[in-house]
Amino acid sequence: MRRPLSYLGVNIFLALAALATLFPLAWMVSASFMTAGEASTYPPPMLPHAATLANYRLLFAEHGIVRQAGNSLFISLLATGLSLSFNLSAGYAFAKLRFKGRERVFRLLLGALVVPAQVTMMPLFLMLKEMRLVNTYVGALVPWLASVFGIYLVRQYALTIPDEILEAARMDGAGELRIFVLVVLPLLKPIVVTLAVLTFLGSWNDFMWPLIVLTDHHVQTLPVALAALSREHVQDVELMMAGAVITVLPVLLLFLLLQRYYMQGLLVGSVKG
Amino acid sequence: MKSGVTDARSWSRRGFFRAMAGLCVSACARTDGQVLRFWAMGREGEVATVLLRAFERENPGLAVRVEQLPWSAAHEKLLTAFAGDATPDVAQMGNTWLPEFVALHALEPLDQSIRGSPIDLTDYDAGILDTNVVEGRQYGVPWYVDTRVLFYRRDLLAKAGYSAAPRDWDEWTRMLVAIKDEVGPERYAILLPLNEYEPMVALWLQQGEPLLRDGGRYGNFRSPGFERTLRFYLSMYERHLAPPVSHNEIANVWNEFARGYFSFYISGPWQMGEFKRRLPAELQPAWMTAPLPGPQGPGASIAGGSSLAIFRRSRSKEAALKLVEFLSRPQVQQEFYRLTGDLPARRSAWTDPSLAQDPHARAFRDQLERVRPVPKVPEWERIATELMLVMEKVVRGDLPVRGVAEELDARADRILAKRRWMLDRRAQG
Amino acid sequence: MKLSIAGWLFVAPALLAILVFFVVPVAAALLMSATDFDIYALADLHNVRFIGLDNYLQLLQRPLFWRALENTLFFVVVGVPLSIAVSLGSALLLNSRLAWFRGFYRTALFAPVVTTLAAVAVVWVFLLHTRYGLLNYALSWFGLHPVDWLGDPHWAMPAIVLLSVWKNFGYNMIILLAGLQAIPGDLYEAAQLDGAGAGATFWHVTVPALAPVLLMVSILTMAGHFQIFAEPYVMTQGGPAEHTVTVLYLMYEDGFKWWSLGSASSVAFVLFLFMLAFSFMQTRLTRAGST
Repeated sequence: MRRPLSYLGVNIFLALAALATLFPLAWMVSASFMTAGEASTYPPPMLPHAATLANYRLLFAEHGIVRQAGNSLFISLLATGLSLSFNLSAGYAFAKLRFKGRERVFRLLLGALVVPAQVTMMPLFLMLKEMRLVNTYVGALVPWLASVFGIYLVRQYALTIPDEILEAARMDGAGELRIFVLVVLPLLKPIVVTLAVLTFLGSWNDFMWPLIVLTDHHVQTLPVALAALSREHVQDVELMMAGAVITVLPVLLLFLLLQRYYMQGLLVGSVKG
Repeated sequence: MKSGVTDARSWSRRGFFRAMAGLCVSACARTDGQVLRFWAMGREGEVATVLLRAFERENPGLAVRVEQLPWSAAHEKLLTAFAGDATPDVAQMGNTWLPEFVALHALEPLDQSIRGSPIDLTDYDAGILDTNVVEGRQYGVPWYVDTRVLFYRRDLLAKAGYSAAPRDWDEWTRMLVAIKDEVGPERYAILLPLNEYEPMVALWLQQGEPLLRDGGRYGNFRSPGFERTLRFYLSMYERHLAPPVSHNEIANVWNEFARGYFSFYISGPWQMGEFKRRLPAELQPAWMTAPLPGPQGPGASIAGGSSLAIFRRSRSKEAALKLVEFLSRPQVQQEFYRLTGDLPARRSAWTDPSLAQDPHARAFRDQLERVRPVPKVPEWERIATELMLVMEKVVRGDLPVRGVAEELDARADRILAKRRWMLDRRAQG
Repeated sequence: MKLSIAGWLFVAPALLAILVFFVVPVAAALLMSATDFDIYALADLHNVRFIGLDNYLQLLQRPLFWRALENTLFFVVVGVPLSIAVSLGSALLLNSRLAWFRGFYRTALFAPVVTTLAAVAVVWVFLLHTRYGLLNYALSWFGLHPVDWLGDPHWAMPAIVLLSVWKNFGYNMIILLAGLQAIPGDLYEAAQLDGAGAGATFWHVTVPALAPVLLMVSILTMAGHFQIFAEPYVMTQGGPAEHTVTVLYLMYEDGFKWWSLGSASSVAFVLFLFMLAFSFMQTRLTRAGST
C-alpha cells in the first residue's frame, strides 16, 4: 500500500518543484546585495561576497525609485477603491435585484470577456489624449473602471445571499441603498477582500497599459520604470535585481498575508460556472 | 448585523481615496515660479542637471526639470509625448529626427528668435547647421556634433604588425584578418553590433549615392553603392572578423574591449569620455581613434549630433530660448565637453585646451570635414531600423543574401507610401 | 417599479464605464483599422484616408506578421500543454496523501504567479545569460554545453516558454487541485476494486472527471498565451532576428513606436479572431472527443 518509495518520490518531486520556483526569487534577493559587477563573474556566485546596500542606495538616491514605488502604490490603491465602488453595486444588482433585461445585459457583458483588452488600447489612448489625460494617474486608472471580471466575481458570490434576509429588510421599510450598505456589504466582506486583493495585485503588476499611457519618469509605475532601467542599464545586474526586489516584494508580502482570499477569488472565478 | 462599523470604514476609505485624488490634481498645477521641462538623453541627460545649476542661479524664479531618457527609448518617448500632448518645453533631439518632428508640426521655427538672441550662427559648421534646417526654416540649434569614427587598440594592432590606422577598406580588411589570426577563434577583430545601424549607414554614405531616390519617395537599396557596402559589411561576419551579436549579448562593452575580445569599434564622441572613465589606467595609452577608412581612401561618415529644439506647444517659449542660449555659450559648451566628452557644436569652443590638445579628438576634427547627412525624411528612422533588422537576419542565416536589396526596397517603399501621397497632394493643391 | 429602478441605478456606473472605456473603443478600433491613421494624422486629422480592408491585406503581405504569428503560435502550442501538464503534475503531487508540508508547498509553488512579470523577466534575463547565467552553469554540471538562450534564434522562444511555465503553472495548479479534490472518493474505490493500477486510474477516472475543468483551464491559458507581450518587450525586444516578435509586440510597435494606429488596430482584431477561432476549435474538439 504505502511504499516508502512513493513517500520519498512524491516529496522529492515536491521539494524539487519548490526549489525551482523559489530559487530565482532567492537569487534575485541575493544578487541585489552584491557589489557592482560581482554577479557577472564565472562561476556565477549564489551569495554575495560582502553584502552591501549600495544598489538600493543608488536606486533611492539617483533613480527616484521611491517616487515610482509611490506611484505604483497610489495607482493600485485607487484602482482597488474604484473597482470596489463600481463592481460591488453592479455585481449585487445582477445577482439580487430584479430589473428588466438583467440577464440579457449580463450575458452581453460576459461576451465582452472574449475581446482582448489590447483592442481598446489605441482608441483609448487617443480618447485620453483629447481629454489631456495622457501621462496622468487618471489615465492609468481608466481600464480598472470597466472590469467585467470584477462584476462577475461579485455576482457569483452575491448569488449565495439568501433572499429571505433581503425580503425581511424590505418589509421593514428599508430602501435599496440602505439594504445594500447595511445588510449586503457586510455579507460580501470575503469577496470584498478577494476583489481588493486581486485588483491591487493586478494593478500593481500591470505592464502594457501603464507602459503606453505613463511616459514621464515621474509618473511611471515600478514595472514600467524597471523595464526602462533594464534597457538603459543592461550591464548593471545587481542594480536591476534591487529594482526587481522592490517591485516584487510588496505584492509577495500582500499575497502571503491574504493567500486565502486570493485563492478563493481564483476558484470562484474559474471552477463554478 | 455588524451594521454601521465595517461599511462606514469602507465608505470612508473610498472617500479618502477620492480626496487624495483631488489633492493630487490641484497640487499638480504649479503656481509658484516657472518650471521648464527639458528632456535629454544618455550621458547628456546625466550632466544636464549639473550644467544647468548656473542657469538657474542666473534666472531666479526659473526652475529646470530635467528628464533623462535612455537613447534606446528616446525617439519612441518623444513621439509618444507628441501623440499624448505631453511634450516638454525644450528637448535634445538627434538631428536626424528633426524632419520627422517638423512634419508633425511639433517644433517651433527658430529663425526669428535666434536673430534676436546672442546665439551666433556663424560660429557653427555649415554642414552641421544645415541638418537643422528643414524646408527652409531652422528648427534646432546644434548642441553637440557627432559622427562615427574608429576606436581601436593600438597595442593589439601593433602585435599584428601594423603601426597606423587603416586608410581604405582593403587595408582595413588586411589589418582585421591579421588581428584575427593573432587572437584566435575565441576572440574577434571588430565589434559590429547587430542592433546598430549607424556603422552600416556610415559605410553606405561613403559611396556618394543618395540613400533614397526621387526626393525621398523610394528606397535606393537596389544600387551598386549599396551592393558594395553590403558585401563589405557581410564579409566581416563571414570571415569571423566580427561576432554575430547584438549589444545585449555583450555583457559590458568596455570590459570586452579591455580584454581584447575585439580590437576595432565604430562609435561616437561620447565613447572618448566612457573609455577614459571605464577602461583601466594601464590601458589608457593603448586605445586611439582614427577617421573611417573609405573604399579608396579616407571616407565620409554620418553628419550626426544633437540639437536643442523648442516645442510648439510649450507655454514658456521665452524661457526655453534662454535655456537654449545658455547651453550654446562657448564657455558652457566647453564645460559640457569636459563633463561628457561630446564635441561642442560651436567652433570657438574647440579652443578649450583640453579639447585642442586631446589626441583622441583629432580623428573627430578630421572626420567632421567629411560628413554627409542621412535623408531628411521623417520615415528615415523607420527605414534604418528595417535595414538593421534585415541585416541581423542575414547575418544569423535567417534570410539569404540574394534578394536583400529587393526586400529592403520593398519595405522602404511601403513605409514611404504615405509620404508619396502627401507630397503628391501638396503638389496638386 | 422601485426595485427595477434601483437595479439600473446600481449597475449604471459600471455599465457606463464599460460603455465609454470598452465598447466605444472597440468600435473605434474597428473603424480605425479601416483607415491609414498614422503619425501624420495625429498632427492633422485631414491626413487620414479611408482604405477599407487595405490594412488587413497589407498585413497578410508583411513577412513580419507571419513571423509574429508563427512565434505566437509556437508559444501557444508548446507553452499551453507544457504549462497545463506541469500544473496537473504538481496538483496531483499536492493532492497525494503522501505529501508532507502541503500548505508550504502550495504557497511556494504558487508564489511566482503573483510576482510582477516585468521584474521576474529582468531576473531571468540574467539567469539565462550565456556566460554568467545560473541555468547554463547548472547545465555544465551535467556536462552540457552552454546555450545562448536569448541570443540564439532557435532557443529564444523556448527560453520564454520556460519562463512562462515557471511563472504561471501555479495558477492552474490551484484550479486543478480544487478539481481533483472534488472528485468523489467512491470513483477511486471502484477503480481499486476493479484492480486498476495507478496509470489506468489516472486515465480512466481522474482525467474524465477533470475534463470540464481541464477544458476551461486550457481555454483560459490559451487566451492568456496569445496575449504574450511583456516577456519579449523586456527580455529580447523582439529579437534575435525577430524570433520573439509576437502578435501583440507587433501591435505595440506598429501602434506606439511608429504610430501607425490604423495598422495596429488591424493587428489587434486579427489577434482577436485567432483567439476566437482557437477557443471555438478547442471546444468543438473536446466535445467531439468526449462523445
